[in-house]
Amino acid sequence: MGKMLLEVNNLKTKYVTRFHEDVYAVNGVSLKLEEGKSLGIAGESGCGKSTLALSLMGYYFAPLHYISGDIIVDGKKISEMDPNTVRKSILGNEIAYIPQSAMNALNPTQRIIRFVEDVIRAHDPKKKKKDIYDLARKRFEILGLPEQVLQKHAVELSGGMKQRTVIAISTILSPKVLIADEPTSALDVTSQKKVIRMLRDLMEKGLIHSMIFITHELPLLYNVTDDIMVMYAGQIVERGNAEEMVFDPLHPYAKGLMGSILVPEKGVRDRKLTAIPGTPPNLKHPPDGCLFADRCPYVIPACRGGRPEEKVLPNGRAYRCIMSEERIREVYGNE
Amino acid sequence: MSKTKEEDFCLSGRGVTKVFGAGENRTVAVDHVDFDFREGEFISLVGESGSGKTTLSKMLLGLISLTEGEIQYQGKPRELSTGRKRREYWKGIQAIFQDPFASYNMFNRIDSVLLDCINMRGGRNLSRKQKAEKMAEACGFVNLKYEELTNKYPFELSGGQMQRLMIARIFLLKPKILLADEPTSMIDACSRATILDMLQKLRNEIHMTILFITHDIGLAYYVSDTVYIMEHGKFVEHGSADEVILHPKAPYTRHLIEDVPKIYEEWNLDA
Repeated sequence: MGKMLLEVNNLKTKYVTRFHEDVYAVNGVSLKLEEGKSLGIAGESGCGKSTLALSLMGYYFAPLHYISGDIIVDGKKISEMDPNTVRKSILGNEIAYIPQSAMNALNPTQRIIRFVEDVIRAHDPKKKKKDIYDLARKRFEILGLPEQVLQKHAVELSGGMKQRTVIAISTILSPKVLIADEPTSALDVTSQKKVIRMLRDLMEKGLIHSMIFITHELPLLYNVTDDIMVMYAGQIVERGNAEEMVFDPLHPYAKGLMGSILVPEKGVRDRKLTAIPGTPPNLKHPPDGCLFADRCPYVIPACRGGRPEEKVLPNGRAYRCIMSEERIREVYGNE
Repeated sequence: MSKTKEEDFCLSGRGVTKVFGAGENRTVAVDHVDFDFREGEFISLVGESGSGKTTLSKMLLGLISLTEGEIQYQGKPRELSTGRKRREYWKGIQAIFQDPFASYNMFNRIDSVLLDCINMRGGRNLSRKQKAEKMAEACGFVNLKYEELTNKYPFELSGGQMQRLMIARIFLLKPKILLADEPTSMIDACSRATILDMLQKLRNEIHMTILFITHDIGLAYYVSDTVYIMEHGKFVEHGSADEVILHPKAPYTRHLIEDVPKIYEEWNLDA
C-alpha cells in the first residue's frame, strides 16, 4: 500500500447565489488517493464534478463556500487553512490543476516562458531566470514539446499544443496530486490521445505522484484510471475499480451512464443506446429521498423515504442505493 | 435507365475544390472531391480538425463559393445566382451547428424561433391554437415539454435541450437534407445518445438525408449507413460503416480508429 496523498472525509461545500440561496454542489464526498494511483470522476454536466475539483484544492473564493469536512493533502490539513495561504503555499507544488479550457487559460500577450517563471517564482522568488529556463526546457523535452514553444505566444499554438503546454506548466513543480478537469473535452480524438499519453508519461516518470481525472467520457476513464467514481447531484453514487464499474455497474445511474458508451468496435451498432431521461434535480431545493428517484427506471415508493446510505461491499466497492446487491443483479438480469 | 439512377442522388459533387489565399499562403482546403449522397441515407464525414470537413459543409450549404467543380442538387446543377433561387435551395437543405449557444438569438423567446419555422412553411394563416399544437408536436418529437419551454429565453436551457430544440426546428422545416456539423461535440456523453437517436428518428420517420460531420469515428460507426473519411481535403476512403470501420483499408482510417479509446479491445496508447 502506497503513501496516502489525498484524503477527503465527508466534504460539504456550497455556492451562495446573488439572492442568498444555498446550492449544495458537493454534498458529503469522501475519497482516498494513494501514491501512484489515478482516480476518475464521471458524471453528466452540472453534477458537481468541477466544483469538487475546486473544493479539493481549497479554492474557497466567493461564491464557493466551505461548510464541513476534512481535506488532508500529504499530511497537511488544508481545509482549515485560509484560502489565500492555500493558494500561495499549496497550489502548484502540492496540488496542481489543469483547467477545462486551455484555449483561454493562457494570456495571449505573454510568451510561454513567462508563465513558467510566474509559477516557479510564486514558490521560490529568488530563482534565477537561467535556471528556470533550463528546468522548463528539460521538462518540455521530456514531455515531447519542442523547446521553441517556450518562446512562442499562445496564439501560435494549436489547441492540442496549448493543452499540453498548460499541462507542462501546471506540473512543473512535480505536484503530489494533479487534478485534471476535462482536459480533453475541447480536443479532437487525435490530440486527445497525445494529451492522454503525456499524462501517462508524467505518472510513469514520477513527475506527478497521483492524479484525479474528471471527464464525462467513460471509455477514456476506463483506459486511463485505476478507480472510477460516479458523481450525481453532488454525491458519489458509486465507486470501484475501472473494470468493475464499466462492465458491472450497480447503481441505476451508473448503469445509465455506461449505457451511453460509444466505441468503434464490433457489436456496438446492434446495441441500443440508453439515455437517462430527465434532468438532474435542482440543488437549491433537493428532494427529500434519493436524489436520483425522479429519473430512476427502478424507482419504488421507499426510495422517496430518505437519502440512501452508502453500502460498502467486501471488495471495497461502494454504492448509494436502497436495493441490495442481490436485488440489483436480479432486476438487471430480468431485462 | 441511367436517368432514374441519377435522380436517386439528392446531392452529388464532382471535383469540388476550395482554395483559400494565393501565392505563398495558398491553402487547398478541399481538393477535388467527388460524392454521391442518396436520398434517406445517413452519411458521416469523419476527419481530424483541419481536414476540411467544415469547409466542405459550408460549400454544400452554399455559404461560400466553389473554386472549382460542380454540385448537383436532385440531379440538376445547383443554382444560387439570385436570392429567390438561394431561398428555394435552402428549403431543401438545413443545418445544425456545433455550438447550440451561438445558434439562437438571445433576445427572442423560444416560441418565436419555432413560430418563424411554422410561418416559413406556409403556416402563416393558422390559428393561434393550431400553431401551438404544431409547436407542441415538434417539442414532443424531441422529448421536450412545450408547456415548460414556452416564454423562456434560450439561456435558460441546458446545452442538450438547446440542441434538441434545434432539431425540433428542423422537424418543422422538414428539409430534404440535414447537415449536422459536430452537433454533439459540446454536449456531454449522456445527452449525446439522445441527440443521435433524434437524428436517426428524423431519418426513419421523415426520410431525411442526414450528413453528420464528426471527428469521433465511434459516433459515426454507431449512427451512419455510409462513412466518408477525409484527410487533408481529400476523401481517402468511403463505403458502408461496417466495411470502413471493421475492415479499414486506408492507413489514415486505421489511425483514426486507433485514436478512439476502446473498452472491449486493448487500446494501444503508443500507436
